[in-house]
Amino acid sequence: MSATTTGTRDPDAVIDVRGVCTRFGKAVVHENVELSVRPGEIFALVGGSGSGKSTLLREIIMLERPVSGSIRVFGQETVGLGDTAALPLRRRWGVMFERGALFSSLTVAGNVGMVLQEHTSLPDKLIREVAAVKIALTGLPPDAGPKYPSELSGGMRKRASLARALALDPELLFLDEPTAGLDPLSASGIDELVRSLRDGLGLTIMMVTHDLDLLWAAADRVAVLGKGHIVGEGTMEELSHSEDPLIRQYFYGPRGRGARQQAWNRA
Amino acid sequence: MRVLREPHRIRWRAILHNVQTAGVEALPITGLLSFLLGIVIAYQGADQLQRFGANIFVADLVGISMLRELSPMMTAIIIAGRSGSAYTAQIGTMKVTEEIDALRTIGVPPLELLVLPKMIALVIVMPLLTVYTDVTGVLGGMIMAQWKLGVDMRAFLDRLDDAIVLSTYWTGLVKAPVFAMIVALVGCYRGFQVTGSAESVGTQTTMSVVQAIFLVIVTDAMFSIVFLWLEL
Repeated sequence: MSATTTGTRDPDAVIDVRGVCTRFGKAVVHENVELSVRPGEIFALVGGSGSGKSTLLREIIMLERPVSGSIRVFGQETVGLGDTAALPLRRRWGVMFERGALFSSLTVAGNVGMVLQEHTSLPDKLIREVAAVKIALTGLPPDAGPKYPSELSGGMRKRASLARALALDPELLFLDEPTAGLDPLSASGIDELVRSLRDGLGLTIMMVTHDLDLLWAAADRVAVLGKGHIVGEGTMEELSHSEDPLIRQYFYGPRGRGARQQAWNRA
Repeated sequence: MRVLREPHRIRWRAILHNVQTAGVEALPITGLLSFLLGIVIAYQGADQLQRFGANIFVADLVGISMLRELSPMMTAIIIAGRSGSAYTAQIGTMKVTEEIDALRTIGVPPLELLVLPKMIALVIVMPLLTVYTDVTGVLGGMIMAQWKLGVDMRAFLDRLDDAIVLSTYWTGLVKAPVFAMIVALVGCYRGFQVTGSAESVGTQTTMSVVQAIFLVIVTDAMFSIVFLWLEL
């Protein structure tokens, strides 16, 4: 297991979560969650439905607040940070939402361009060019730019959401269920895309997923969230040898074995 | 709040778009309804006035009731049904599709982009619509007065000039921006109260319209009390 679960702070960590507790009414979602994400790695947070992995992601990107605990991103405490103070931090990361969350009144190019318009003083022509580059980067065809989100398939919407997340050249990228709801072919395309973004742009990537294929194919390190805290953390290889019943259940279900086999075959 | 310190952040394009949809596009319906309202008031008054041979006072009846009470209130009610509901449904759907979350993650405060332009637009548009419905309402009354009471337009307008003092006009008009704030705030607030489902969008939209109309009428009553104190 990694040293990050011992409670000491990792000074180089891009994301550093310590002692986070979350409750919705009486339901305890997180109890003392600790994790850290190092620069340049693809970090995956996994867990069953209702384990609170999406909530943890929302807390890290400041859409929700934990009851107690500390979350540092790029070394800065984010819990309780005001909107104005959070702005410089938010410009350094991008978020791809599970269902895209594209602005439905704008085209794909408009969605990407809007972020640039908000945060830069680039002329319109340059904004259009940058938007086209970002759209191409995510593997969307050039004719996707003038389309509205309602005209796109689920997979294209995710890629468009990714293009928007990349608009400001972020250092850190959050992916919420990047392959959920996609056909196997599109999903394996996402595997490659995630790796190429890290290798090509040097991004740190944190993703929430329950796609075992994606985990084997792309994740450097994986943390398993269960019963309110991190039950295991390490590479997929390490986790697959874990004795923890929750982790075994997760990785050794019939689908887990299949994904592992495939990963072996690829290697 | 940041907008107050940095006025260049005011979103003119969004404001203009809202002026177009909530104001310009509302002209036919508000104009028609207040025209009909003017006709109804004159028609109902005609019987009573004729009995006393006071036909000419139809100008007082239509002028004062339209300018002081009916025109601003009716405009606010139509805008609550037309635009207040649209604000709730738009913001509510954006909450369901996580567009609001997306706005926040790219550092655009939803209040700045979604609420403020709507509020500013309605505060601009509502008084203008009220002046316009003042005119169409009186026009409706005038036509009915000529047809039913034989008061020709010239005589009607002369009498209107005597009946309407400036304060009648202002006491009606001053309510419009207040009603505009109510409709915009209730509409947007209800939108942000939407949680997760299509059903919630429906419920909140209903509540938005009902509460906005309720508050408009209550506020109108409070204005009446204040004007009574001020002897306006």
